[in-house]
Amino acid sequence: MKTVYADNNATTRVAPEVVEAMLPYFSDLYGNPSSMHLFGGQVEKQVIEARAKVARLINCDPSEIVFTSCGTESDSTAIRGTLGSYPDKKHMVTSRVEHPAVLNLCRHLTKNGYALSELPVDNQGNLTLDELSQAITDNTAVVSVMYANNETGVIFPIEEVGTLVKSKGAVFHTDAVQAVGKIPLDMSKSTIDLLSISGHKLHAPKGIGALYIRKGTKLTPFILGGHQEKGRRAGTENVPYIIGLGKAAELALKHMEDENTRVKALRDRLEKEIINSCSNTRVNGDTINRLPNTTNISFEFVEGESILLLLSDKGIAASSGSACTSGSLEPSHVLRAMGIPFTFVHGSLRLSLSRYNTDEDIDCIIENIPPIINRLREISPFGKAS
Amino acid sequence: MWDYTEKLKDHFTNPRNVGVIEDPDGVGDVGSLACGDALKFMFKLDDHNKIKEAKFQTFGCASAIASASALTEMVIGKTPEEALQITNNDIADFLGGLPEEKMHCSVMGKEALEAAIAQFQGIDIKKQLEGEIICKCFGITDKEIERVVKENNLTTVADVTHYTKAGGGCETCRPKIEAIIATAHGDVLKKPVEKKPPQKRPLSNIQRMKLIEETIEREIRPSLRTDGGDIDLLDIEGNKVLVTLRGACTACPSSDFTLKGLVQAKLREFVSDDIEVVVNS
Repeated sequence: MKTVYADNNATTRVAPEVVEAMLPYFSDLYGNPSSMHLFGGQVEKQVIEARAKVARLINCDPSEIVFTSCGTESDSTAIRGTLGSYPDKKHMVTSRVEHPAVLNLCRHLTKNGYALSELPVDNQGNLTLDELSQAITDNTAVVSVMYANNETGVIFPIEEVGTLVKSKGAVFHTDAVQAVGKIPLDMSKSTIDLLSISGHKLHAPKGIGALYIRKGTKLTPFILGGHQEKGRRAGTENVPYIIGLGKAAELALKHMEDENTRVKALRDRLEKEIINSCSNTRVNGDTINRLPNTTNISFEFVEGESILLLLSDKGIAASSGSACTSGSLEPSHVLRAMGIPFTFVHGSLRLSLSRYNTDEDIDCIIENIPPIINRLREISPFGKAS
Repeated sequence: MWDYTEKLKDHFTNPRNVGVIEDPDGVGDVGSLACGDALKFMFKLDDHNKIKEAKFQTFGCASAIASASALTEMVIGKTPEEALQITNNDIADFLGGLPEEKMHCSVMGKEALEAAIAQFQGIDIKKQLEGEIICKCFGITDKEIERVVKENNLTTVADVTHYTKAGGGCETCRPKIEAIIATAHGDVLKKPVEKKPPQKRPLSNIQRMKLIEETIEREIRPSLRTDGGDIDLLDIEGNKVLVTLRGACTACPSSDFTLKGLVQAKLREFVSDDIEVVVNS
């Protein structure tokens, strides 16, 4: 059975070009970039090139890119590193809809003497800037607000947030793992101080990430040891994966237009046809300020895990914000923060596309969803099949 | 991804007995849309007071649907009294097991069955399970938690959450759940278990008898007393320990369990592996 992969906000296929670029760096070009010999030196050159490619994707200087092991490490480095650099400031600001990589870290830090303000969102998943303005004080070390939401795809007004944060003298971090590679980012015209990147969200492998650190930003290193990454992140460079991230960044730039035209059109058609063919549905989140690849649709009276498993039987991979899929009993914190009724939260379905999706994929999903929803509604004591 | 058995997957993909009965003898409704799962279970009896038809409707995940489907198959052909003997573990076993986190699906099946039979018998089951709401997120009372703890011999808050959802939301009720577990088993189970010495020194007869007495006093008696029972040590013959249960314990249907599960286990743990407890009735 062919897999129709529509869960690209969870992880993506590693691009074949990326795999090809990486392979020589395992058994042939395995030198240490820090070595004095030519064998290592030739690898160092390629690491420099990869760094430049990542920098080009977000239009920053290569020296502002630090490679990490994943998006979570980038987030931890940014937040802990900033707190370490401003020991007198004991306050953080974030949003209620952040990824656990930020939210759980910030909540954990409240046990170590830090205060945390969690900004609410409205029913469209948008930040209220007034609340942000009130939350930041002289005591605020860092404001960490995501660029785009992983569940709904809603894009925050990052530059407005950043302008506000900078006017109050705090450091601005954004977890941009869902945005990088999907929408154009330009650090040369930005207020962002720190920005997290995750390789496996943009067709590089799992196990590689990066942190953009604006020149002049004070940041205490998170991992100490050798001099790698100019002392900002110790540990021998993960060369094959760095090469892979570089290649993926190059490809993302090349395909940026495709992502925002063709992929967006696929998403729009998918969303429209599902809404038209199933009753009692709703699209969660602002549909204007949104990533081009993501839709989050709720089906009333049915439960998300059941939808996912029946879709999976048809070879379709998606995800849900339902409680039963989270491994906990709490349904999506993002959808609940938006005030979406519980009856819709449990039946939410996230479909997230990539440049590898085709018209046939969309046809397949559109064809399979209505019978699955109808069938589950027939079993449900609340639902009427339509 | 959940590790579901083939049988569970089959009951999810091809659920048996979905739907409603026009003129049912009993209907049980449990759960709600807000909780994330709900089950409506109904049955009809034949002329011999046996369940001839059982149907269900479920809003929920795969294991909730499969548990309900399994339940309908299990009750058909049974009298209501026989059906009541089915436990949530029986439902889970029927499906070849459920992931721990999904045990509450089998509990929901059991509750719907009880509610339907209670309705048939004209009993107000809500009254029986009334009590103080402990978990405000999922509306679970102390009575419900206590029952599931005792029936399934649960020992941790995480267990209770897996079986009832209680404590799985905002988590503020966790200390209360801990207290209910402690009361249900007797506080003694909550005390940190004393580590056995790596090598037991052989005990003299007097030491051994003293240790048995101490263990009963410290590890067993307080637990029985919280349930209104008590225990007397009558005699010790070699590895046999003769006891008699008193008070509420004598009439308790789980006294067998108490004996093996608590008294013998504790004596084996703290005194010697070969102890056999014999009850003098």
